[in-house]
Amino acid sequence: MGATIIAARILIRLPAFGLVALALGACSGVQSALDPAGREARDVADLFWVMLIGAGVVWTIVLGVAVYATRVRTDAHEEIVGKRLILWGGVVFPVVVLAALLVYGLRLMPELRQPGEGLRVDVAGEQFWWRVRYKPLNGPEVVSANEIRMPVGERVEFALTSPHVIHAFWIPTLGGKVDMIPGRENRLVLEAEKPGTYRGVCAEFCGASHALMAFDVVVMEKPAFDAWLAAQAAPQPAPTGDLARGRDLFLQNGCGACHAVAGTEAKGEVGPDLTRFGARKTLGAGTLPNTADNVARFIAETDTVKPRVTMPAYPALPRDDLTAIAAYLGSLK
Amino acid sequence: MTDAALASPQDDPEVRKGQEERLEKVWETPKGVRYWSAVNNSEVGIWYTATALFFFLFAGVLGLLIRTQLAVPDNDFLSATFYNQVFTLHGTAMMFLFAIPIFEAVAILILPEMLGARDLPFPRLSAFGYWSFLLGGVFVCGSIFFNAAPDGGWFMYPPLTTDEKQTGIGADVWLLGLSFIEVASIAAAVELIVGTLKCRPPGMRINLMPLYAWYVLVVAGMILFAFPPLIAGDILFELERMFGWPFFDPAKGGDPLLWQHLFWIFGHPEVYIIFLPAIALLAMIVPTFAQRPILGYSWIVLAAVGTGFLSFGLWVHHMFTTGLPAISLAFFSAASEAVAIPTGVQIFVFLATLLAGRVIYSVPMLYAVGALAIFVFGGLTGVMVALAPFDWQAHDSHFVVAHLHYTLIGGMFFPLLAGIYYYFPFVMDRRLSDRLGKISFWLLFVGFNVTFLPMHITGLRGMPRRVFTYAEGLGFDTLNMVSTVGAFVFAAGVLVVAWDILRPRGKEPLAPRNVWNAGTLEWLSPNPGKEWGVRTVPIVSTRYPLWDQPNFVRDYDEGRFYLPDAEEGKRETLITSVLDARPIQCLRVPGNTFITMGAAFLTGGAFIAATFYAWTLTIGFSIAALIAILIWLWTGTAIIPEKKDKDVGLGLRLPLYVSGPDSVGWWAMFITMIGDMSAFASLIFGYFFYWTIHATGFPPADAAGPGLLWPFTALVLTIASWGAMLLARRANAADRPPSLRLWLALSVVLAVGGGAALLWGPHTTGLDPTSHVYPATVWVIAIWTAVHVGVGVIMTLYCLARSVGSKLTKEHDIDIHNVVLFWHFALITMAVSVATIALFPLVAR
Repeated sequence: MGATIIAARILIRLPAFGLVALALGACSGVQSALDPAGREARDVADLFWVMLIGAGVVWTIVLGVAVYATRVRTDAHEEIVGKRLILWGGVVFPVVVLAALLVYGLRLMPELRQPGEGLRVDVAGEQFWWRVRYKPLNGPEVVSANEIRMPVGERVEFALTSPHVIHAFWIPTLGGKVDMIPGRENRLVLEAEKPGTYRGVCAEFCGASHALMAFDVVVMEKPAFDAWLAAQAAPQPAPTGDLARGRDLFLQNGCGACHAVAGTEAKGEVGPDLTRFGARKTLGAGTLPNTADNVARFIAETDTVKPRVTMPAYPALPRDDLTAIAAYLGSLK
Repeated sequence: MTDAALASPQDDPEVRKGQEERLEKVWETPKGVRYWSAVNNSEVGIWYTATALFFFLFAGVLGLLIRTQLAVPDNDFLSATFYNQVFTLHGTAMMFLFAIPIFEAVAILILPEMLGARDLPFPRLSAFGYWSFLLGGVFVCGSIFFNAAPDGGWFMYPPLTTDEKQTGIGADVWLLGLSFIEVASIAAAVELIVGTLKCRPPGMRINLMPLYAWYVLVVAGMILFAFPPLIAGDILFELERMFGWPFFDPAKGGDPLLWQHLFWIFGHPEVYIIFLPAIALLAMIVPTFAQRPILGYSWIVLAAVGTGFLSFGLWVHHMFTTGLPAISLAFFSAASEAVAIPTGVQIFVFLATLLAGRVIYSVPMLYAVGALAIFVFGGLTGVMVALAPFDWQAHDSHFVVAHLHYTLIGGMFFPLLAGIYYYFPFVMDRRLSDRLGKISFWLLFVGFNVTFLPMHITGLRGMPRRVFTYAEGLGFDTLNMVSTVGAFVFAAGVLVVAWDILRPRGKEPLAPRNVWNAGTLEWLSPNPGKEWGVRTVPIVSTRYPLWDQPNFVRDYDEGRFYLPDAEEGKRETLITSVLDARPIQCLRVPGNTFITMGAAFLTGGAFIAATFYAWTLTIGFSIAALIAILIWLWTGTAIIPEKKDKDVGLGLRLPLYVSGPDSVGWWAMFITMIGDMSAFASLIFGYFFYWTIHATGFPPADAAGPGLLWPFTALVLTIASWGAMLLARRANAADRPPSLRLWLALSVVLAVGGGAALLWGPHTTGLDPTSHVYPATVWVIAIWTAVHVGVGVIMTLYCLARSVGSKLTKEHDIDIHNVVLFWHFALITMAVSVATIALFPLVAR
C-alpha cells in the first residue's frame, strides 16, 4: 500500500510522466505529428515514443541518485562508489544507449528519402503563400495554389523552391519539413497512408505574416485523385447573371494583373492562381475559412487580415461589388 | 616557508598596519564622479553583472509579451510586425546581452581572488569591454522604443534580412550593435585567458587550478574561435546590405546557406559558451556543500575540454532541414549525440562527489538540484532532436523552443542563481535570505515547467516557432494558455530574487568569514572585504588550500606570503609561469582612468554612426577612437618602472619589467591574433564554400581574377617589411636606436606598398564586387589583408614614436616584441590571401 502511494507520488512529480499524460490526450489534430497519417510521420512518431520512454527512465535514475545523495542518505559513501558511478553512468551507459539509438534512428533515413513513384508536385514558397504545380507522369500540368491534393499510398515527390526568402514546407501528419531556399531545389517525398484533410504550414520564419502561411492537404483515394486531376484541365463554364458581373468587376479592378483564372483575360502570375478558388477550404493561405464574407473582407482589408502581403487593399470598393466578386470567386470550382 | 616567515618583519603588528594602510590607499575606489573611472575588477565586475542582469529583466519582459500574445488564438495584443521585433530582440538580448556577458561579468568578479591575484592583468581592457557592452546593449535594446528593432529573428537568415524593403534599419542595428559587443567579448576573453594562465598564485600548477578557472580557460578559448566566424559573417552581411556585394544572393552566384554555416559555427559553440560557465559555478558549489574535494577532477576537466572541442563539430544539426546529403546528416547526428557523453560525465562527477561527501542542504544546493532536474530533461530532448529524422519534425516547432529553454534555463539560469546565492556573501558581505530563496526557487521551478513542458506537445502538434498568432481549434489553445500562466509564475519568481538582491539590509549582520566553509582562495577575505582584493598573494600547494594547508588563513592575514605591501604606492600583482606557476614578475597594474570609457564610447559611436550610413561621422568617430586608444596605450602600457626589480617578500626579488613570451602583453597579442586568424579563416572558408557549390566553376570561367603580378608584388613587399621588422628588433637588442628607427621606417614604406599592391590587383583588372560573388569574395579577402597591413603600419609607427620618446629601448622592449609578433600573423594572412585569390584560380581551372 505504502509503495503504491510512493509510486503515485513519483508519477505526479515527474515531468516526464506528466508529458506522457499530456501527449496521450493529444492525438486529434489535422496538423499533429503525433497523429500520423503518413509513413514518415508514423515512423518518427514511433521513434519519439520510444525515445520518450527511454528519456523518462534515464531522467528518473539520474534524479533518483541526486535526491538520494542530497536528501535521503547524505553521509559519505566510499569514493569507489562515486568513481564507479562516473565510469558506468557517465561513460559506458550513454555510449551504449546512444550508439543503439543512432542505429535505430538513422536506419530510418534512407527509407524515408527514397525517390518518388510518379506524381511530382512543384511547390514554391512565396510571401506568404504557396505556388503549386502538379506534374503527373501522363497528362497536362495543373497550376494551383495554397492547397495540395495527393493520392493515398503513393510516394509523391515534392520539388521545393523559393524565389525570394527562405520558407520551410511542413505537413506534420505526413512527415518532416524541408526548407525552401532561394537558388536551390530541395526534394521531399511523402507517402500518405490515410485519406483525409490535413494542414501544412511554413516552418521557417519568412517575414511579417509567417504565421499566416498555411495550406490544406487533401489526401484522396487514388481513383478519386486521378479523376480530380483530370478534371482540373477541363475548362470551366462561363459565368452568367450576377456571377458574370462579379467576373467583370474582377477584371475591371485589375485583379487579373496579378491573379490568373484560366479561360479569362486574367493571366497574372504574381499572386495565387484562382482558377479553382471556390474549391479550396481556406483563403489567404490558410488564413480564413473560404466564405463569401471572408473573401470580401480579405479584398477590402487585406493588410489588416494579413500584414505586409503584396496585394493592396481595396477599401474603396462598394459593398455590392465586393459581394459580387466574392460570389464569382466562390463559383470557380 | 613558515620558518622563514617567523623571522620576517610580518611579526610586527605595526609593520602590518602600515602595509595595510598603504595597500588600502593604492587600491582605494575613487569617490564621486570619478567612481566611474574605476577599472578594478571588483567595480567593473559588479557593473558588468548588474548590467547583464538588467538586460535579462528587459529580455524577460519581452518574453512575457510573447507569452501574452500567444495566450489565446487570433490575439491582437501585439501587431505582427511588432511581435517579430519582440521575439527577435528577446532571443538576441538573452543570448548576446545576458547569457554570454554574465559569464564574463562573473569571471571578472570572482576569478582574481580565486587565483589569489589583486586584479586581472589588463583591468583597463575589462573596463573598455564593459563600457562597450553597456553602450552596445542600450543601443540594440533601445531600438525597440523607436519601432526600429531587428525583426528578422536572432539568427538573421538572409535573403529576408538582406532585403532592405522588408527589414529596415533593424538589421543594421543587429549587425553593427552586436559586432561591437562581440569585439568587447573577445577582448574580455583575451583578458580572462591571460589572467588564468599568468596570474595564478605561486605553486598553483595547472593541475591544481580551481575547476572554475579551467572552465574559464575552456570557454574563453571557445569564444576566441566561435565569435570571429560570426564577425566575418557580419562583415559579409553588411557589405551586402550597404553596398550590394552579393554574398548571399543566388542570382549573382551567392548562397544564403553560407550565412547559416557561419552563424551556426558560432551559434552552436555559443550554447556551450553559455552552459559551461554555469556548470563551472556548480563545480565550485558542489564540493563546498559536499564538504569534500571534487571526486574525479581529471574526469571533469577532460570532459569540459572535450565538450569545448566537440561543440565546434555540431553546427550542422541546426541545418538538418536545408536539404544536405544524408551522409552529412548522419555524421552530424552522430557528433551531436556524442557531445552528450562529456556533458554526462560532468553531471556524474557532481553526483559522485555528492555521494562521497556529507551533504549540507541549502538554497544554492536546492537550485543546483533544480538545475539538474531541468537540464537533464533538456539534454534528453537534445538527444532526440540530434537525430535527423526526428529533427525534421521537431525543427522550428515549439518543441525546439521547449528544448532550448530546458537546456538554457536548466543549464545556465538555475546554476547562475545557485551561484548568486552562493557568491552573494563574497561580493556583498551579507547573505541572501534562505526563506526568499526557497520561495523563489519553487515559483521558478514550477513556473518554468508549467511554461515549457506543455510546449513540447504544442510543437509536436504542429505549432511552428516565431508565429505571432495561431488559428483556433488546432489543438494549441489550452496548451498555450497553460504556458502563459506558467510564464507569469516564473516571472513572479524572478521578482522575488530581484527583491532579495535589492532589498535594503542595513541592520542585518555581516556574513561570517568563509560562510559556507569552502576550500578555495576566494573565500580567504574577511567580511567586509577590502578593496585590495587579497592581503597577500599566497603560496598554494593543494586544490583546496583553505581545507588542506595548515595555518593558511593566519599566514594570509598576517601577510606572510608575497606582496604584502605597496611600498611604492603602485598597484601590483604577481605574474607566474603558465604551467607550473613559478613567480616571474611583479606586474604593475594600471589604475583608474576615464580614457577607456572614452575609447569605448568613441568606438561605439563609429559603429552607431555606420548603422545610419552616416559615413563622415563614422570616419570621425573612428579616428577619434584610434587616437583615444593610442593615448591609452602610450600612457598605460609598457610603463617603464623606476627600478629594475623589487623584493616581493619571502626573500624573493622579481623584475618589474619583462618582455617577450614572459610578459602578459605578448600573450594577449598572441591570443588576440589567434581569434583574428579564425575570422580570417572564416573568410577563406567562404571562398572555398563558393568553390564547392558552384558546379560551373569558381572562379567563373569568364571572370578576370586579380592577376598574378600585383598580388605577388604585395607578398614580396610584405615579406620584406616583415624582414625589416626582424632587423629592427635585432637593432634594438643591440642597442642601436638610429638603426632601429631606420628599419622601422623602411618597414612602414614597404608595408604601405604591399597593402596598396594587394588592392591594386583587383582594381586594375576591373573586378566589380557588385556584379558577382566571385569578385566580391576576392575584394573582401584583399581588403581584410590590406587592413591588417595597415594596422601593422600604425603599430610600427607607434614603435618609432616610442623609440624617439625613449620609451622603447634595449631594456624596455615590450612594444617591439609584440609588434613583431603581430607581423608574423600579418605575413601569414598575406601569404594565405595571395595563395587563395591569385594562385588557386590556376589550380581550379
